[in-house]
Amino acid sequence: MVPVDWYMGLAAALFLIGALGMLLRRNALVMFMCIELMLNAVNLTLISAGRVMNDLNGQVAVFFILVVAAAEVVVGLAIIVAIFRRRSTASVDELSELRG
Amino acid sequence: MTDLLWLVIALPLAGAVSLHFFGRYLKEPLSGWLASAAIGAAFVIAAVAAVPFFQGGEEASTIALWEWMPAIGASLELLWDPLAALMTLVVTGVGTLIHIFAIGYMHGDDRFPRFFTNLNLFAASMLTLVLAGNYAMLFLGWELVGLCSYLLVGFWFTRPTAAAAAKKAFVVNRIGDVGFMVGLMLVFATFGTLSFSGIFERAGDELTGGLATAIGLLILVGAAGKSAQIPLYVWLPDAMEGPTPVSALIHAATMVTAGVYVIARSAPIYEFTPFASTIVASVGALTAIWAASIALAQRDIKKVLAYSTISQLGFMFLAVGATAYVAGIFHLMTHAFFKALLFLGAGSVIHAMGDEQDMHKMGGLLRKTPITAITMGVGALALAGIPPLAGFWSKDEILAADFARGGWFYFLWVIGLVTALLTAFYITRLWVLVFLGEPRWDEDAHPHESPRVMTLPLIALAVLSVVGGLVNTPFRLALEHFLEPSFELVSVQHATDDVVMLVILAGLSTLAALAGAGAGWLAYNRPPQRWRRFEDSFEPLWGTWEAAYGVDDLYGRVLVAPGMKLADVSAFNVDAGIVDGAVNGVGRLVRNVGEWTRPLQTGFVRNYGVLFLGGALVVVVWLVAGG
Repeated sequence: MVPVDWYMGLAAALFLIGALGMLLRRNALVMFMCIELMLNAVNLTLISAGRVMNDLNGQVAVFFILVVAAAEVVVGLAIIVAIFRRRSTASVDELSELRG
Repeated sequence: MTDLLWLVIALPLAGAVSLHFFGRYLKEPLSGWLASAAIGAAFVIAAVAAVPFFQGGEEASTIALWEWMPAIGASLELLWDPLAALMTLVVTGVGTLIHIFAIGYMHGDDRFPRFFTNLNLFAASMLTLVLAGNYAMLFLGWELVGLCSYLLVGFWFTRPTAAAAAKKAFVVNRIGDVGFMVGLMLVFATFGTLSFSGIFERAGDELTGGLATAIGLLILVGAAGKSAQIPLYVWLPDAMEGPTPVSALIHAATMVTAGVYVIARSAPIYEFTPFASTIVASVGALTAIWAASIALAQRDIKKVLAYSTISQLGFMFLAVGATAYVAGIFHLMTHAFFKALLFLGAGSVIHAMGDEQDMHKMGGLLRKTPITAITMGVGALALAGIPPLAGFWSKDEILAADFARGGWFYFLWVIGLVTALLTAFYITRLWVLVFLGEPRWDEDAHPHESPRVMTLPLIALAVLSVVGGLVNTPFRLALEHFLEPSFELVSVQHATDDVVMLVILAGLSTLAALAGAGAGWLAYNRPPQRWRRFEDSFEPLWGTWEAAYGVDDLYGRVLVAPGMKLADVSAFNVDAGIVDGAVNGVGRLVRNVGEWTRPLQTGFVRNYGVLFLGGALVVVVWLVAGG
């Protein structure tokens, strides 16, 4: 059986990739996928920890996160599509109207 | 009939309201007649309701109209007793005549209906004051007549002097009102109610000497403001800027007598404080002689009458201060007749002369305006106190009562006697200067007798000035018996019963009146240069009198200027500097903090992401490190 540390390591790697992608990429769609990546990295840690501790709550939490993530994707994608239609770009650097 | 008594207030009020909204469609003179009809009807109702009092034996009754503030004994309730009845009849009776006179006097004014709106509103307010069954409602009327006085003095507000006079009247009255209000609070703190019946019946149980004195003096402060007594009399001469019917109605016959009425109404409180009563009488006597001396030297016909009114109000205070309440109210009534007559006569003269008020530019009007001249002559004789006219009986009763009280009041009696002499002199001077001698008019003056709508009220008031005094003569004390139920809780000061003494006193005051009138006649029924020299021979006293002792200047320097300075500092230093500074300072602080933190918001998602991640890491480290 694969030791739990490996799962944790994988999750950490996924989260790091997601976070770096979030910070470095400019395409809103890609950043969005990075957010999903981070979410799922967290999901992975929850399931792994649940398994080790023999506790089903880990998996229950993941279901909640999946549902919330699905809803968030719907809204987020709609916003991105709307922005793209208006500006014909999805680069977040262009979207700095809230600059102080 | 007392069921309909509320109409006495409601009718003039309804007149005011309807004229306010529809007056401009009624125009002239219909709106004036409507206003006159409203107050005339109020007079009829009051007269019918007062019949039981004339028949005698009728108890005072309280008519509750509406529960206003029952917790402090302040409901809208009417107290219908002989005193209220007499005041109501004077206000509505003289008021009706003045309303009718004003139809002629205000002819051609742009805002004719508005004048009658205010006049009717004043009548309703004054009736609220005199019919009130408790101090709260009385105070309501008290303030409303002050408002109406402001509106009517400033009726020709486009003249800066009229606007200033209205403001002055209001502000000076406010000073008195503060004292009155504190007095009422003290009354409430003592008795737990403001209702007349609740207070007066328990006055003996609740009042200590000091408390009664405090209340009495505070009521005097209010009364001195409203009734133009020293030191608050300065507004009344200025109030002559109002149209003359206003001067007659408000500043001679009704509103200014409210102070006398309030003191007479509060007699059961003064019963326990001879000291406050003595102060009232002393203020009255001082005001009487002070204002009479100023009236001697005035050139403006209305100013003479204004100072005369102050002086006569002083007489009324002298009476109520000597607890001769009946004499005071009696003089209030006769004064309402003859002073309203004199003011309306002056209005008729001013009307005839084309808005000229300087007596030096009149003269010889007897032939041009005979009715005005004769009726004013009657009013002058009544004011001077020549028997058997109205003023003689009431003034003589006041002086006799003061004499009978003795002690300090002997001195006040002497002052009153001297004032009677001065009064006869200045009113004779006025009449002679206006109606006798050679005309001294301007070229373009074309004097003419006033229309009948103005002369008929003059004639009616002249008749009242002749016979009005007969209601209370030593031979037949009808008014005294009439007012008895209103003063059954107090001991009223009477003149002596000794017939010889009474005749001597009457003879003395008649002598004073005749001497004053004779001196006035001899001094002024001469060519102008002669009486001008006569006046000059009194310099510098005459100039001091003409300048009214410079009291206005003194008040201006001692009170008004520091007050203005204080307002100036408050407005431009304290308010603009400190208050606004604090408010602006808070705003500037917030703005600066915002200025300083706004670069944090770069608008780049990445920066927010880094901060977010960094924050999350800090939290994680803190948790892991076992925080």
